[in-house]
Amino acid sequence: MSQHTSGLAIETAGLVKTFGETRAVDGVDLAVPTGTVYGVLGPNGAGKTTTVKMLATLLRPDGGEAHVFGHDVVREADEVRGRVSLTGQYASVDEDLTGTENLVLLGRLLGHGKKAARERSGQLLEAFGLTDAAGKQVKHYSGGMRRRIDIAASILNTPELLFLDEPTTGLDPRSRNQVWDIVRAVVAQGTTVLLTTQYLDEADQLASRIAVIDHGRVIAEGTKGELKASVGAGTVHLRLRDAGQRPLAAEVLRRTLDAQVQPEPDPVALTARVGTAASDTAAEQAARALGELARAGVTVDNFSLGQPSLDEVFLVLTGHDTKDTQDTKDAKDQVTA
Amino acid sequence: MSTVTTTEAKDLAPVSAESLAALLVAGQRPPRPSAFSASLTFGWRAILKIKHVPEQLFDVTAFPIMMVLMYTYLFGGALAGSPEKYIQFLLPGILVMSVVMITMYTGVSVNTDIEKGVFDRFRSLPIWRPSTMVGYLLGDALRYAIASVVMLTVGVVLGYRPDGGVVGVLAGIALLIVFSFAFSWIWTMFGLLLRTEKSVMGVSMMVIFPLTFLSNVFVDPRTMPGWLQAFVNNSPITHLSSAVRELMAGDWPVDEIAWSLGWAGLFVLIFGPITMRLYNRK
Repeated sequence: MSQHTSGLAIETAGLVKTFGETRAVDGVDLAVPTGTVYGVLGPNGAGKTTTVKMLATLLRPDGGEAHVFGHDVVREADEVRGRVSLTGQYASVDEDLTGTENLVLLGRLLGHGKKAARERSGQLLEAFGLTDAAGKQVKHYSGGMRRRIDIAASILNTPELLFLDEPTTGLDPRSRNQVWDIVRAVVAQGTTVLLTTQYLDEADQLASRIAVIDHGRVIAEGTKGELKASVGAGTVHLRLRDAGQRPLAAEVLRRTLDAQVQPEPDPVALTARVGTAASDTAAEQAARALGELARAGVTVDNFSLGQPSLDEVFLVLTGHDTKDTQDTKDAKDQVTA
Repeated sequence: MSTVTTTEAKDLAPVSAESLAALLVAGQRPPRPSAFSASLTFGWRAILKIKHVPEQLFDVTAFPIMMVLMYTYLFGGALAGSPEKYIQFLLPGILVMSVVMITMYTGVSVNTDIEKGVFDRFRSLPIWRPSTMVGYLLGDALRYAIASVVMLTVGVVLGYRPDGGVVGVLAGIALLIVFSFAFSWIWTMFGLLLRTEKSVMGVSMMVIFPLTFLSNVFVDPRTMPGWLQAFVNNSPITHLSSAVRELMAGDWPVDEIAWSLGWAGLFVLIFGPITMRLYNRK
C-alpha cells in the first residue's frame, strides 16, 4: 500500500504552528506506531487540535515536518487524505441533514455508487444503533448519538488512520463507555487511532502510548506504565473525624506510604501521593496504610484512592497547574471506610 | 421552525460490535469520484438543505414577485405611458436584476457554513477541491431557475408577451443562469474572506446595488449624462440584460451574448482561483 518501511503511522519532527504571537504548536515530535491507539493528553489550548488539524491536512504547518504513512502532509496532501479520517471536536456532520443523508452524501463523495452508498449507510446506522433516528435531522440528536453518527461517517471507508479529537468531551459516562467500545472495535480491525483527550482516565483506558502536551510542546511521552510511574501510582484522600488527629495521621501515612502528605484547607482532610518504589500496587499500599491508621487510633470517616488526576500529572511534569482546572477530572475508585 | 426534541441516550440501541467489525473488514475502497460527480453530490447537498428549510425559498419567490409588481407600476406610467407597455421592456431587465441580486446569498451561506465542523470533514476528503464550492453554485442555479419561472409567470399575467416564444425565453434564462453561476464566485470569495455574515451582507450590498441599478434595466442609457453612459454601456449587467431582452424578443444578439459570456469567463478566471486559495487556507 505505502512504500515506507518505518512501521510508523505518524512521524513528526519539530512541528510548529503559530497564530499571530501565539505559538500554538511549538516543536512537536511524535512517532505513532501503526495499529495502535496513541493518546495525546493535555488541557484546553495545549495545541492538541491544532496538531491534529495539521496531520489531517487542514492546516499548513509553519515549521517542521509531518509524515503520515510516509507521505508528507503538505507536499502529498492528497495521498494523506486518501488514508485518514477525522472526527473533530465538534460534530463533523451536517446538522441540517438526516443521519442517512449525511452518510449517503459522504459515501458518494468517497466514490461509492448510489446503491452502494445507501447500502453501506444503512448497515452503519444499524451497527451503531441509529436505525430509528436515520430519518431525523442530526441537529435533533443527543450528544451520544452525534458522536456515533460522526464516527460512523469516519469509517464509511475503513481508514488506515483515524483522528479522534476529544471524542467524549461533554458526554455522559454511559455514552462515553459506548464510544470507547467503538474505538476498541475499530482498532481491533487494524486501524491506527490518534486520540486527543483531556482525561487521563480515557487515555489510560484506550491508548497504548501517550504523549502529554502543554503549551504546544510534548512534555512527556511513553507507555502508560512509564507515564504513571513518573507521577506516582495514585492519590489517597482522607477525611478524619477529629481535626486534632491530623498530625498523627500525617505521620502514619508518611511512614507507611513513603509519600508526600499535604494538609488540605478543610481541617479534617489530607492528601497523600502513593509512591511507586514499592512492589505492591497502590491499592495494597493504601490498604496497609488504612490498617496502620486504625492501629494508631485514628478515626477515618472517609477514605478514597484515586488515579493521579490530570492536574497532578501536570503538577509533577511541569511544575505548574493546568490553566483551566474546570476541564480536569479526577477519576476515583471510591473506597469508603 | 424547529423544536428541539432530543432523544435521550438511554433509548439508544447498543452498538453492535460484531456487525461493526464485519463492516470494517468488508469496507472496500471504491475509486475516487470524478470532479463532476463530486460537484453534483455537493449540489445534491444544497438541494437537501432547501428540502429541510423550505423557508429559504422566500428570496426566490416573494422577492422577485415584489420586484416585478413594484417597478412595473411605479415607473410604467411615467416611462412608457402605461404599465402594460413598460413591462415589455422591463421584464427581461428586472429578471436579470433580481436573479443577479439573489446570487449574493451564496456568500452568506458559504460564510455561515464554513465555520461548521462538517467543513473540516469535506476538506479532509480526497476529492477535487473546488467541488464543494461548485456544489453550492449548482444548488443556487436551481434557485435562479425557480426565480426566473416565478417572474415570467407574473410578467405574463401582467401582460408581457415575448416575441421569442418558448425557445427565446428558455435561451434567455439559460444565459442568465450561466452568467449568475460565474458571477457568484465573487460571493464565494467574500464569504470566505470576511469574518461575519453581516459584513458579507454589507459588502455584497455595496457591490450589487450600483452594479444592477447603473445599467439599462430600467431606462435607455441615452437619457443619461455622458460619464454615466460610459459606465453603464460597459457594465456586464447591461450586456447581459440586452442579451436576455433580445433573446426573449426573438433576436439572436451575438455581440451581447459574447460580451456576457466573456464577462462570465473573466469572473470565473479571477474569483475562482482566489476562492480556492482562501478555501485551502481557511
